[in-house]
Amino acid sequence: MAETPPRTVPRTSATFTPEVMAEIRRAAATGIYDIRGAGAKRALPHLDDLLFLGASISRYPLEGYRERCGTEVVLGDRFASKPIRLKTPVTIAGMSFGSLSANAKEALGRGASLAGTSTTTGDGGMTPEERGHSQTLVYQYLPSRYGMNPDDLRRADAIEMVIGQGAKPGGGGMLLGQKITERVAGMRCLPPGIDQRSACRHPDWTGPDDLAIKLEELREITDWEKPIYVKVGASRPYYDTALAAKSGADVVVLDGMQGGTAATQDVFIEHVGIPTLAAIRPAVQALQDLGLHRKVQLVVSGGIRSGADVAKVLALGADAVAIGTAALIALGDNDPRWEAEYAALGTTAGAYDDWHEGKDPAGITTQDPELARRLDPVLGGRRLANFLAVMTLEAQTIARACGKSHLHNLEPEDLVALTIEAAAMAQVPLAGTDWIPGKAGL
Amino acid sequence: MPTVDLRAEPLRALNRALHALRPDTNETRWTVVNPDGRHAIAAGLDAPIHVEIDGNAGYYCAGMNKQATVVIGGNAGVGVAENMMSGVVHVRGDASQSAGATAQGGLLLIDGNAGARCGISMKGVDILVKGSIGHMSAFMAQAGTLTVLGDAGEALGDSLYEARLYIRGAVTSLGADCVEKPMGDAHREQLFAKLKEAGLAGEVDPGEFRRYGSARSLYHFHVDNAGAY
Repeated sequence: MAETPPRTVPRTSATFTPEVMAEIRRAAATGIYDIRGAGAKRALPHLDDLLFLGASISRYPLEGYRERCGTEVVLGDRFASKPIRLKTPVTIAGMSFGSLSANAKEALGRGASLAGTSTTTGDGGMTPEERGHSQTLVYQYLPSRYGMNPDDLRRADAIEMVIGQGAKPGGGGMLLGQKITERVAGMRCLPPGIDQRSACRHPDWTGPDDLAIKLEELREITDWEKPIYVKVGASRPYYDTALAAKSGADVVVLDGMQGGTAATQDVFIEHVGIPTLAAIRPAVQALQDLGLHRKVQLVVSGGIRSGADVAKVLALGADAVAIGTAALIALGDNDPRWEAEYAALGTTAGAYDDWHEGKDPAGITTQDPELARRLDPVLGGRRLANFLAVMTLEAQTIARACGKSHLHNLEPEDLVALTIEAAAMAQVPLAGTDWIPGKAGL
Repeated sequence: MPTVDLRAEPLRALNRALHALRPDTNETRWTVVNPDGRHAIAAGLDAPIHVEIDGNAGYYCAGMNKQATVVIGGNAGVGVAENMMSGVVHVRGDASQSAGATAQGGLLLIDGNAGARCGISMKGVDILVKGSIGHMSAFMAQAGTLTVLGDAGEALGDSLYEARLYIRGAVTSLGADCVEKPMGDAHREQLFAKLKEAGLAGEVDPGEFRRYGSARSLYHFHVDNAGAY
């Protein structure tokens, strides 16, 4: 009996993965690029690649449950007469009514207020629900100026000049017609049901010199009371942070490529911008070079998920963080309880990102009244407040273990990196060595 | 009738004083002298007052105006009356770029010419320019009217939404999705009303204007239109 010769094991390509091939087939069939929500999904050097060096003999720790570890933060005391005072350095990032339901916006406001932190409007203006349920509300000033008006500007606690976001630095936005209901359209001065484009550049200023004049106008309109944030997507963080500070920002918000968006091209999300981890140290360096570190506060966002992430970002020199995607997950986004409905949409819980289509089973990224009713804003707010409390407690736990009596006392010196890439980006030593790639003399 | 000299008083004091006025104030007529091109003069007003600026203004003069009438005796810098909600802003000279950007209401009257991007992203304001306007004017204009007695530069009304553009002179070129539309009776009436509001009734013949608006072919993204952008 003849032996069957050995056969080559079928081999799939590491370049042409099943996902890549599926996308090629989808593009060939439709002729249009893929649009989706959320941030970069590819594996990136991230905060998980850093570890804290807990105290032992050379450093001594603080007692975990007895000794104070402060978490409060003041944002915007450079020029504003009424800076923001928060109990936790974890804030809620800008997300619009339009991309999110009114209930979701209300839940974010409720949760943030319970936790003593701020929430932020998005493209499309400020809703009464949001203002009413947000103790501290940051009002975004976007290129589209949808819903922008001086009354809301004065009703806000701070103003955020949005220049870019981490998911799409250099890009605008598109809210597809199916989410442009009568109410959304009315707030944006557009006909209902049409695709609504959000421009990528501001209509009345370009460049840092104009920006300084624009910020001065906003300060004049609000009598120099409100802190003004400048939000940039992470791409050239050293220069963008320096220019924002030079233009008169009280606070710089730096959003890495893991930061979510309501909708944009997948190719944009995955291929433009830099990871959060890589952006923090250059931004901090810019502020230090200008003598403005801790005078102009730095808020970092993009893939912040836990108190460990908070502690690491603060140790690298930021003053606060902002969460978006994690906050939506806390409300119930991508919850396995809706698995059957996710499956019906051709996806699965944990992977659902067609937020622009308005069919969210969890009732968060939708304007469909039936779906939106699924999110109880009171319960959602409670869940978010719980999550914010856990993040804050986790960060405190780490800070105490490092011997710090305030989260802001964490230092880069408390960190090491697990990978060479992370060591280079975070500019902390590779674990077990004193080697920081790119730093001479070590 | 207060007169504020911006060489003697800080801008911040002027704007604070104007913001502090109550709706029933008797201090309804203000004059600003020596503006010297300062930025954000009379920005954020919200009272039915009249402010006369005796000279040239810098960027964002009368930005976000509500109710007030602001008259700029000279030229106006970038973004005059940006995001105006109501009231009147009158520029006796020329206006720079982005005049009336994103403005939602009121009347912006420019006696001279306006630079590029006049009426960009306008959201309901009426803009009337007695001279000509620059390129990319009414880009992504959503609502309101832009009436121009002179000429319009390149790419007028690019990616226009529902704003109506009435141009008397030549248009260098139209932007994506902007088309000439027939001038019906309702449009002539609207145009006449805007001319009358600007004090031009009987002086300018509405019949000399052409109307431009959105073809609405780009309202829903379709790959076949990708070349239009």
